[in-house]
Amino acid sequence: MQFRESQAIYLQIADYVCEKILLKEWKPEERVPSVRELAVQLEVNPNTVMRTFEFLQQQEIIYNQRGIGYFVSPNALQQAVQYRKAEFTEKDLPNLFRNMYLLGMIPEDLKPWYEKYKQQHFA
Amino acid sequence: MVNIQQLHFGYRKKKVFTGLSLQLQPGHIYGLLGKNGTGKSTLLRNIAGLLFPDQGSIDVMGFTPGKRQPAFLQEVFMVPEEFYLPNIPLQAMVSNLSPFYPRFNQQQFDTYIREFEIPVENKLESMSYGQKKKVLISFGLACNTSVLLMDEPTNGLDIMSKSQFRKVMAGAIDENKCVIISTHQVKDLENLIDRITIIDEGDILFDQTIDAISRKLSFRISFDQEEVKRALYSESSLRGNAIITSNTDGEESKIDLELLYKAIVTNRQPIHSAFNS
Repeated sequence: MQFRESQAIYLQIADYVCEKILLKEWKPEERVPSVRELAVQLEVNPNTVMRTFEFLQQQEIIYNQRGIGYFVSPNALQQAVQYRKAEFTEKDLPNLFRNMYLLGMIPEDLKPWYEKYKQQHFA
Repeated sequence: MVNIQQLHFGYRKKKVFTGLSLQLQPGHIYGLLGKNGTGKSTLLRNIAGLLFPDQGSIDVMGFTPGKRQPAFLQEVFMVPEEFYLPNIPLQAMVSNLSPFYPRFNQQQFDTYIREFEIPVENKLESMSYGQKKKVLISFGLACNTSVLLMDEPTNGLDIMSKSQFRKVMAGAIDENKCVIISTHQVKDLENLIDRITIIDEGDILFDQTIDAISRKLSFRISFDQEEVKRALYSESSLRGNAIITSNTDGEESKIDLELLYKAIVTNRQPIHSAFNS
């Protein structure tokens, strides 16, 4: 995993987990990798991953079964969409809008690009 | 776990520490940063009992390191920056040294050696510096001592090995272990360290957890000249000005350790005031 410049690492790991859930690679009621496994895989301090898991628990995206580990919540998909949408509107959209404004583009201009992107990556 | 009080230490003419105090807890990886010659290695050697304080006290798990009691020595391992390994096969070294460490785990050692791709049949002297270092790191970790001291562990490691080193470290830390790593290669270990201690001129300049740093400080690139002027520290770069400000909106940014280090070493007052506000 390549970490970006701007966001705290524990939040970037939260995004990574959300992406796994949104892409349905990790399904509801399935066990998620342990703190240690994820720390080794991402080459980060286990305390950082612990923080991610605590955060995702608050967001009700994963839950803890004492002594067994962490699991994907039954309604993780909705929760992850809700969380990521809020993040996207607050953080990514302003940048996009700024560029669109500078370039004199309107939202309708994006449609063909969006369709093409979907074709290329998720068809 | 490690408690250093009012440590004074000097080599013949040169004073290194004049009243340094530091407490270290288990379950963390401490990053010890500082300029060349500020006493990072000297501090590690004092903790390991290889050097003796002139004044003040060091307590490691109830032991005084300088007394070098066996019960203490089996709980501490140090990976020094410069080291000597005898010219014997790898397995001979392990069977000679491992009896001194009751929690040594052969299986764990073999896993690390495999991950680092070290040729096991070779004698130690025919190995490169980097390979020898990886042998020592693997052995140190497999000893499962409560305290693990590493002096510039990523020096001499190639790009792949640095990545393996981070994986191995991430898997090795647990709530009973205290790992102290001195380093200049901040980028190598940025996401591994969870507490930063900066020493300079024989004293602690800065000592904070990564959590506290990201709560109190904000790291970002700015194009706004007004904002740059108000920043606690700023540095112009190709992409704009890299700045450190107080974290006012509660949003946590990625810590730029190199920038933080420069800010502390050049002018630490503004940074400290952000932590005290």
